[in-house]
Amino acid sequence: MNGLLHQISSGIASGAIYASVSLALVMIYQATHHVNFAQGEMATLSTFVALTLIHAGVPFWAAFVITVVLSFGLGVAVERVLMRPVMNAPVLTSVGVFIGLLLVINALDGWIFGFTIKAFPSPFHSAHPLLGGLVSPHELGETGLTVVVLLLVWAFFRFTPLGLAMRAAAHNPVSARLCGVNVSRMLGLGWGLAAAIGAAAGIMVAPVVFLDPNMMSGILLYAFAGALLGGVDNPFGAVIGGFIVGVLENIFGAYIVGTELKLTVALIIIVAVLLVKPTGLFGRAVQVRV
Amino acid sequence: MNRNRSAVWGGLGVFAVLVALAFVSSSYHLFQLTMLVVYAVAVLGMVVLTGYNGQISLGQGAFFAIGSYVTAILMANYNWPYWATVPVAAAASALMGFLIGFPALRLGGLYLALTTFALAVAVPQVLKVDALSGLTGGVQGLTMDKAEAPFHLPLTGDQWIYLFTLIVGGLMFLLAWNLTRGRIGRAMMAVREQSTAAEAMGINLAGLKTRTFAVSAMLTGVAGALSSIAVQFVAPDSFNFFLSITLFVGLVVGGVDSIPGALFGGAFVEFLPNIANEISKAAPGAIYGAILIAFMFVMPRGVGGLLSRLARRARKPAVAAE
Amino acid sequence: MPALLEARDLRAGYGPPDVLHGIDFTVEEGGVTALLGANGAGKTTTLRALCGMIRRSGRITLGGERIERAATEEIVRRGVGHVPDGRGTFLELSVEENLRLGAYTRRDRAGVAADMERMFGYFPRLQERLRQQAGTLSGGEQQMLAIARALLVKPRLLLLDEPSFGLAPLIVREIFHILRRINAEERTSILVVEQNASLALDLADHAFLLETGRIVVSGTASAIRQDETVRRSYLGY
Ligand SMILES: Nc1ncnc2c1ncn2[C@@H]1O[C@H](COP(=O)(O)OP(=O)(O)O)[C@@H](O)[C@H]1O
Ligand SMILES: [Mg+2]
Repeated sequence: MNGLLHQISSGIASGAIYASVSLALVMIYQATHHVNFAQGEMATLSTFVALTLIHAGVPFWAAFVITVVLSFGLGVAVERVLMRPVMNAPVLTSVGVFIGLLLVINALDGWIFGFTIKAFPSPFHSAHPLLGGLVSPHELGETGLTVVVLLLVWAFFRFTPLGLAMRAAAHNPVSARLCGVNVSRMLGLGWGLAAAIGAAAGIMVAPVVFLDPNMMSGILLYAFAGALLGGVDNPFGAVIGGFIVGVLENIFGAYIVGTELKLTVALIIIVAVLLVKPTGLFGRAVQVRV
Repeated sequence: MNRNRSAVWGGLGVFAVLVALAFVSSSYHLFQLTMLVVYAVAVLGMVVLTGYNGQISLGQGAFFAIGSYVTAILMANYNWPYWATVPVAAAASALMGFLIGFPALRLGGLYLALTTFALAVAVPQVLKVDALSGLTGGVQGLTMDKAEAPFHLPLTGDQWIYLFTLIVGGLMFLLAWNLTRGRIGRAMMAVREQSTAAEAMGINLAGLKTRTFAVSAMLTGVAGALSSIAVQFVAPDSFNFFLSITLFVGLVVGGVDSIPGALFGGAFVEFLPNIANEISKAAPGAIYGAILIAFMFVMPRGVGGLLSRLARRARKPAVAAE
Repeated sequence: MPALLEARDLRAGYGPPDVLHGIDFTVEEGGVTALLGANGAGKTTTLRALCGMIRRSGRITLGGERIERAATEEIVRRGVGHVPDGRGTFLELSVEENLRLGAYTRRDRAGVAADMERMFGYFPRLQERLRQQAGTLSGGEQQMLAIARALLVKPRLLLLDEPSFGLAPLIVREIFHILRRINAEERTSILVVEQNASLALDLADHAFLLETGRIVVSGTASAIRQDETVRRSYLGY
């Protein structure tokens, strides 16, 4: 029983990470109908930047904030330079560009920071076992922080005029412009925000999975599964989907398929969602766009 | 009519040149040529899917892996002759394509890309799994015997493997060409151009797309089988996600809707790593990525698109003269 | 009366071919101008061109300032409210959020709150449905929402694209009645596109008639209403 509880709690901890990346993906998908296959690699790059800052003596939380801000800039730049020219091009073009970006960032990471696996410090420590030893201090702190980030994002979209304008620009860009919203600036902001969320997720997961240029590739896959499970056009659903995938992955990994096949769980979830409920748990009817 | 005839002559000409190369190349170059043809067939599978159906697969490496492993398992564990394994590999990868395509293709274009992305990441894990290692050889992989020329033909093993690959590959190109030219091909094009119109024409969209994807998977699976025969060795790490991405880059470079372009795609996949590796360890990824982005911006229809534009320009004055 | 909006040699289109072939017209300060014409004449295209939503050339001035190169959101900031073809409702957002978007460019909170109240005066039904998803509103309610949203921009010029489209006659009457009040009470100039010519001519003081991208008739509303040949051949009543 304790074993199962343990699997669930660490599933929630990794689910928080998947939820963040799912949210980043869905934010961009909603606004542009493009999937940023490089979302994971961008987060890995951010994490390397954070580690470099920490090694240079910057305190952890300062490094965290600096990295998140820099990543926001990276997201804005990617939108400006790569996304905007292919906005209205066929799907193949945007997939090609983002796979290209994935490859370039991955190679750059390896080239600048090396391919060896690196330890990453956790800011969360505790002298006493937490919740009867059910969770590690890092798991608890990481989950808490991620939930706070997600809540902040939610509040931003729900309560601020800028958040409202970003939602409007995503739903109906033509009308948004007629309300005076600068839609292309909103898209840039969305990319910045997605990259910032990804950076926070990368820094939070690195102490657990260690840092190397391929750190996020599996996580991106779970995030896809989470986004599809929740509904690709529903940010709230994507977050819930991410948590569910985290828990399922841990339980399947521990009791059914074994840790060797954990990634296959993501594939199975994706295929199962497409077969059983293609709109996801919280999505609207899928527009069939061939 | 005219165009068909020139395509036939062009195809035959290229085939003849490739056959002739069997008798003048060193065994090292023969191996490279063999792999060029193998990758060309793999890319061809993607041309059928993307160029003629508008769908995107990011996990074609998975079908390549299935074809490779079916051949390897039958040869290494069950002593099948190499040639008999090819149809089985084709059927197995087609079936897998059908199973993956069925759920994904009822939906829009990006769903297949996502699902195949997941497939490509998951497949190496499955190949490594301990429970299957009796069959797959686990992390170690499998080693096979080298094929020899039949009927006491005066050919070295390398020459024969190259020619065998060339014959099977040629048949695959013929198959793809026929498929895209005939009634099914026109239906496929209609799907790509205008799905609502295609639906109005009474075409069962999801069914057609799923079958096309199965054909695409089959072609890439056959390429995998041919590569096993040529390399005589398989291991999970040769079929990682990077293989799928490399094939995707080959597709873009060759031209997504160009059957002859697949040859250029194959050449790109075979030769670029050699060049790039000499620059730095990180370089292949960066170069692939940069090339991919550059093609998307500058030459989205690839080398094949460029060639067909040149061909059209060359044909125009002739038409005017008639 | 001075002209609020003036278009000279306005050409516009979606691809290379022009849909509008160089038209000239004005909308007077405080007035209501009707833009009439058959389906496909280029009425919607004219409004889109004014707001910079499509390719255009020529000269457009709003209150004396050139706007033909300005971006849509800039034109909106300079005081043009546009109720677009199809109403442009943010279906997934709440009615309140739709209205808040109308006031997005404004920083005067008190003024926005007061205007919001005035909109509820014109359209009480919007207040009742404030928390509802806008997609659940009826066609008439969505039209009212679109008008209120455009008015919250605090426009000097209100562009309306077929406000009667697809609505029951009773609702149409109500909406046109409110438009008349808005023109009188808010001093908002209006350029209204309509297929229903008699309806528009009742509201308007000036009108012009578009045929395949060219203006074929223009004048005061009463003159056009009384012109037998125009009525027969173009307005069909
Ligand atoms: N989005 C568009 N793309 C291309 N052509 C369009 C578009 N919208 C309208 N048109 C063309 O422009 C012309 C004028 O259309 P429109 O301005 O909508 O007419 P109206 O509003 O007077 O009915 C028509 O010939 C129409 O086919
Ligand atoms: Mg119209």
